[in-house]
This record gives sequence, structure tokens and C-alpha cells, in this order.
Amino acid sequence: MSAFDELYQEIIMDHYRSPRGAAKLDHVPQAMAHENPTCGDSIKLEVVVGAGGRLERVRFDGHGCAISTASASLMTESMHGLSVADARERADTFIKALRGEIPASVLDEMGDLAAFKGLTSFPVRVKCATLAWHALLVSLPRVTTPGA
Amino acid sequence: MDRIMQEKIQLIGPRSVEDIRSDFPILDRTVNGKPLAYLDNAATSQKPRLVLDAIRVYYEHGNANVHRALHTLGEEATAAYEEARGKVQRFLSARTSREIIFTRGTTEAINLVASSWADTNLSRGDVVLTTEMEHHSNLVPWQLACARRGCTLRFIPLAPDGTLDMAEAERSWDPRTRLVAVTYVSNVLGTVNDVKSIAAMAHRRGAVVLVDGAQAVPHMRVDVQDLDCDFFAFSGHKVYAPMGIGALYGKEKILDAIPPWMGGGEMIRSVSLEGSTWNDLPWKFEAGTPNVEGAVGLSAAIDYIHTLGLSSIGKREGELAAYARERLSGVRALTQYGAAPRRSGVFPFNLGDIHAHDVAQFLDREGIAVRAGHHCAQPLARKLGVPATVRASLSFYNTFSEIDRLVDALDGALRFYA
Repeated sequence: MSAFDELYQEIIMDHYRSPRGAAKLDHVPQAMAHENPTCGDSIKLEVVVGAGGRLERVRFDGHGCAISTASASLMTESMHGLSVADARERADTFIKALRGEIPASVLDEMGDLAAFKGLTSFPVRVKCATLAWHALLVSLPRVTTPGA
Repeated sequence: MDRIMQEKIQLIGPRSVEDIRSDFPILDRTVNGKPLAYLDNAATSQKPRLVLDAIRVYYEHGNANVHRALHTLGEEATAAYEEARGKVQRFLSARTSREIIFTRGTTEAINLVASSWADTNLSRGDVVLTTEMEHHSNLVPWQLACARRGCTLRFIPLAPDGTLDMAEAERSWDPRTRLVAVTYVSNVLGTVNDVKSIAAMAHRRGAVVLVDGAQAVPHMRVDVQDLDCDFFAFSGHKVYAPMGIGALYGKEKILDAIPPWMGGGEMIRSVSLEGSTWNDLPWKFEAGTPNVEGAVGLSAAIDYIHTLGLSSIGKREGELAAYARERLSGVRALTQYGAAPRRSGVFPFNLGDIHAHDVAQFLDREGIAVRAGHHCAQPLARKLGVPATVRASLSFYNTFSEIDRLVDALDGALRFYA
């Protein structure tokens, strides 16, 4: 498979064409949007934590390239039912793996997110794929100790 | 006749395009298994063998520090460096080589003026006037200078067709305006500004004029005396020379009156522990060991341009641009930006709702190199209402068949991302 085909895998194209968790979030102020000024991508998140302290719903509203849209879509799916601490750890792991700070093989343990392994050959696109995840990290309620 | 045959007999001056392409070793390579189609010339140009050889020969035969050594190599290196300065002087039609200061590029040249000139000529309440179409390199240095000097930065607005609204600029002229900083050719829209008229207008009102010539010098003859600008900046790497070399032209009487920018070796006449006196122009502004390799490369690049002839280059690039404009306007869902009557071969566009980065990535798969993003002009991108565009930019060595490949690949991208 060519590097291009590794990047734009079927699963990524599917989430780009029909993003899950995409919604109009007009109630979230624009000031809360996360932006990547180099490509004009912008994303707003809505994170709903249930009574049990688990993520009940994550939705996004934004515009961006295929990679950033697919990444946001896959993120909303992969967060469902996680504790806040686990969500934070998962986002942290995903970002570190794409930045090359830890081996990309950790993505193999993360279900469909393994599709982003091909991105490591395109360093300039890493920001596209991590935008939604950075937005999530600042949107999650603060927790001091895991599980607290 | 098929396209390939036509290409073989197309001429730039007396030489065929095919022959001229063979001057550029990189144009032979493949990208992702396809022949490279390099359509990112507004970002940087490729280098002809003449330039690459000049740099190699300099290091193999003449490398020494300049203006210091009494030995033969030092004298030869100094001669080559100063000969390059003379080439740049004639290339810009400057009056004397004392008006040519070597810099790292356009950005450094503008920063020199935005420091040395600004700190001695701008007072609290003064105005610097620039435009809404500037590259960050002709905007941010003025933001910094205005913040330092307590001045206001104002802007000549962009008209809907991508030209500068000069009527509005005249109407809203602020009498405290001390300097007008304007690009000759927009790196995003390709608009060629009438900088001669802008200089005349500024001078009538007592302001000096700096022209960012980075996107102009590769494509047209520049005569700084005819333009009557006070400063003119350009980069070597956009005009077939190496990166890391460029020049600032400044009128001698202005350069004489402003202090050095950076301190160090070469820019001094005499140094004591308490203070120093400055070298003559242009060396007053060239602290430290200069980029001799770059100057030698720039000198060779100017020679190369003269062997082709700027009028032949202009004619060739005009034909390519007309063809590209026509072909691109036939691409489904493609929006082109800018409609100035005088434009260089720069084509900003978007393809339906597909993000510029995705378009560029798809083109790269086909071996086609373009730029995608805001092109270091975020205020202009905001004005156009599009945060990112794809930009194809031409040089004389591009071919009609490369433009055909671009158009075919854009159709492919439309299908792929549908």
C-alpha cells in the first residue's frame, strides 16, 4: 500500500464522509473552539459526563480536512463509556503515539484508531489528527487522581 | 500533433523547453512513482546546474573569508563576493553597489529597515501604511516597529478583484504617514501592484516607500530607479539561487543617515573598548562573516536568467499562465481567487468543500507539488473568507502537460473525496 493509501484508509474515508458524533453545537460559545491556524481548522466539543462519572456523550462541531474530521469522529466513538481519567489517558496516549513520543504500535490496542498509524509518515498532518484530542483534554473536567 | 511533440518544439528564447528543463537536475526525479511536476515556485524555485556548479567551484577553488585575508584565496573570495554585489546592482538597475546590502533574504532585509530606519525616523503618533495583502514578512516587522515606537499601523484595503483600493488609500491618507510598505506581487493572488504610482503618491506626501520584491524579481525586469522606491527587498531562493541569501536595496542618502543594525565584524571602521565607528556603505550593514557561497550562487543565478532573457521568461510564463487559467476554469467545483488585470502565474483555488490539505496530499500522490494553507498571509486569507487555499505557481520550466496533469489530478481528487 502506498503512503497515501495508508493515510487515507477506508475507515478514515468512511468517518470523513459520514462523521459520527457531528452536531451543530451553537450553545457552545465560539471562544471555546480549538483552532489550528495553519490550516484554518476549528472544532468545538460537547462532553457530557453521566452520574457515574463516565462519558455519556461526546459530540463535535467543526470544519477541517479529512484527517481531522475522521479523527474527531473516531474520537467521539472511542470515548463512550470511559471514566474521565481513562478518557484523559486515552487522549494522551493517542497524541503521544502520533507525535512519535511512544511507539505507534500502541495504536494497535486502540481498535479503529489503529488506522492512524499511517499518519506517522506525514509529520505535517499530525496536528490535523490531534486537534480534536487536544480539544477533548481541555474540555474534560479536571480530575486530580485517576478514578477520583 | 500530440502534447509531447508540441512540448519539444516550444521555445524560451532560442532554446527548447525540454533543453532548458535539463538545466535543472531535480526536474528529472520522480515523486511517488510519477515524474515530478513542481508547481510550488512561489514558495521556492529549483536551482539550475550553473548555480550548483558555481557553489561547488567556490568551495573547491576559492573558499576563504572575505575582506580580511591578504592571501590569494581571500582576495579571490572577496572579489567574487563583491562581483556578486555588482550583479545584483545591475539586476535591480540601482545607481551604485553601495546601495546593495546582502541579507539572508527578504524577511531579514525588511527587518533591517523596520529596525534601523524605524528607530531613527518614527516618532510617537506616526503612521506606517501597509496593505491587506502582505506576506507576514512585510507585516509583522512593522507591527513590532510600531509597538516599539508608539506608532499606528494602517492598511490600504483590498478591493474585491484582488487589487489594492488606491482611491481609498488616497482618500484616507493620514498626514502622519512616514512609510509605505507594499508588495510588488502578491504571493497569494499574484496581483501585480502599481508600485511606481504608489511610490509617487507617497513621495508627494512626504513618506518613504519599501517594496517587497520577493515575488517580482523571478518574473519581470525590476528597475528601482524607475520605480523610485526607497527600499527594495528580495530573496535569492525564489530567483533560482540558494536559500539564505537575498538583498536589500536602499537609496544611498537614506542608508547613510541610519545607524547599523547588527554589530560585529566587518561593519566597523575602528573599535575601542568604549565605542566604535562604522564602516562605509554597504558593509556598515553586513556584520559577521557573510554568506559568500550564497552570493556566488545568486551571481550565477542572475547570469542564468540573463542567458534566457527576462522578456523571454515573461513571454513563456504569460503563455503558461493563460493556459492554466483557462484549464482550471474548466474544472468542476473549482473556485479561483483574485481577478486583478495584471497577475503573475500564481493560482489560488479551492475544490468544492474539500480541504486544501487533502487536495494537496492527493496531488502529491500524483507527483504534483503545490502549496496548501494560508501562504503566510493570514489576514488576506481571512479577508477572502477562506482559511486555506491550494496554490499552484508557475515558472518558465513548467510545461503545458504538467498543467494538464494538474487538471486531471483535480478531477481525480473530486472523485476520491466525494
